[in-house]
Amino acid sequence: MRKNKKPIKILTMIRKTLMYLMLGVGAVITIFPFYYMLVLSTKSREEIFSFPPPLWFGTKFFDNLHILLEKMPIFKALWNSVFVAGSQTILVLFFCSMGGYAFAKYKFKGKEALFSAMLATMMIPQLLSIIPWFIMMRHFGWINTFKPLIIPMIANPFGIFLMRQFMEGIPDSIIDAARIDGAGEFRIFWKIVLPISLPALGTLGIFTFLGSWNQFLQAMLILQEKEMYTLPVALSKLAGKAASNWGASMVGTVIGTLPVVIIFIFASKQFIAGMTAGATKE
Amino acid sequence: MDLRLSRESAPYVFISPFYIMFAIFGAFPIIFSFYLSFNMWDGITEMKWVGVENYIFVVTDPWFWKAIGNSLIIFLMTTIPQHLIALTLAYMLYLGTIKFKEFFRSAFFLPYITSAVAIALVFQLLYGQHFGMINAMLKWLQAVPGIGGLFELMHLDLPIRWLGDPKWVKPAIALMVTWKFTGWNLILYYAALQNIPTTLYEAAKVDGASPIQIFFKITIPLLRSVIFFAVTMSIIGNLQIFAEPYMLTGGTGGPANSGLTAAMYLYNTGFKWAEFGTGSAMAYVLCSFIVVFSMLNKYFFRDKG
Repeated sequence: MRKNKKPIKILTMIRKTLMYLMLGVGAVITIFPFYYMLVLSTKSREEIFSFPPPLWFGTKFFDNLHILLEKMPIFKALWNSVFVAGSQTILVLFFCSMGGYAFAKYKFKGKEALFSAMLATMMIPQLLSIIPWFIMMRHFGWINTFKPLIIPMIANPFGIFLMRQFMEGIPDSIIDAARIDGAGEFRIFWKIVLPISLPALGTLGIFTFLGSWNQFLQAMLILQEKEMYTLPVALSKLAGKAASNWGASMVGTVIGTLPVVIIFIFASKQFIAGMTAGATKE
Repeated sequence: MDLRLSRESAPYVFISPFYIMFAIFGAFPIIFSFYLSFNMWDGITEMKWVGVENYIFVVTDPWFWKAIGNSLIIFLMTTIPQHLIALTLAYMLYLGTIKFKEFFRSAFFLPYITSAVAIALVFQLLYGQHFGMINAMLKWLQAVPGIGGLFELMHLDLPIRWLGDPKWVKPAIALMVTWKFTGWNLILYYAALQNIPTTLYEAAKVDGASPIQIFFKITIPLLRSVIFFAVTMSIIGNLQIFAEPYMLTGGTGGPANSGLTAAMYLYNTGFKWAEFGTGSAMAYVLCSFIVVFSMLNKYFFRDKG
């Protein structure tokens, strides 16, 4: 404990209590909807629409799941989401680390200009291109396929930037040594740079996976058959029919939310570190 | 396969995927969109050149202005509290006398990673008129002496029809967006705070400055560029807001279209009514709004830093 004078001590105590109170209230507000979702997924329709609202778990989870499965192949949607997010993540990791490596470790003509141009594209509002983007996808025959949700983003500026930030810290001597040993440029990237970059790959991987998992507008436009729905699309379609059974919708929400929450709980440090690395260094 | 890259060509090969992808899926649609905006097209029959007619239609369309207005109001209703709360809480966490820092940081960040669609379903229930948790809380609060009188003073009629009353739809959307994105800003501000040299604080403390004085005289001015970045992201994100209002209003825009945002209106124009030309013109007008607001923001936060 600090050895301050008494009045100051009381003041700091009050200040501290206030801070804990505000942080505590904030944390309760952010976490409560998750808890409430879990609670309601175990409740029947009558229990959900009762007053006061239920706050503790019920017993109807599997009944609700059963109702949900009659309306929506939710596990197919879960698999679709895993497939889309997983394959996008793998491709992003490969292409973005390659681009990041080039920007971090090579000297080449036009590097600065190319890099700034790339970053500038991040500022372009997505809505500007959504209509022609959809027309293109239709032209390619990509409607009702996963390609439009995976391919366009595989080499994105955010990922390249993030990987560059990390790879700038790799000592040049390692790369030069490999060159002297006669390793080709791609081989150096693949065998030496990538393995060292695992922490950054983890961060980017989590980011990409979660971003892809939550993708909605494009997915809704492209995926038009039930069997192809990803989780957000499936859940949005449930909303229309939700009036009949909210418990079932809440089971769907749990299935859509829990995987990312679990990933986040295990990797929140990496996630936050990656985000701040991307945002504060300009 | 022995495909050897020279040291000179390798970087170009390595960075090329981005530029190729951007040319196909980014630049081309944007240019095509510009061309489309001068045409009438439903995507099936032949395209018809109409000049600036689409733009005239868009800027004289009262629904478009209503939608822009809705987006702006939601943007203000969520951006201001988001950044105020984020800055305050980040500063508290930063001050260092707090335990469970990691827990608080992760907890605040959690909403950001979840799907807007999934969370909107939960919020629909939280906003329920008769059985929703938020109205239940307000009812309990009303019973607390003093607060009930305050509610009366504010003409607060309980229970609130969050998603059924045109007056409350925008606050309901803004509240959910605030819930979802405050943590993102908080993490950003927290990281930026840690970059401020501690010697500055120590000097201020020696001079007898209180934490609140330090916050306003040292912290805020030094955070100017980060605030600029975070607010820019809020502008770009919130003026394009789609999933949250779409879900909370069941895709309809809500009572009296009070929750119809510009992005939703663009979606309706382009995809529900297949007016690709008008939709493209609308996208350009909307984006010029985003550019104007980003520049205003730059004027406020950046140039003086």
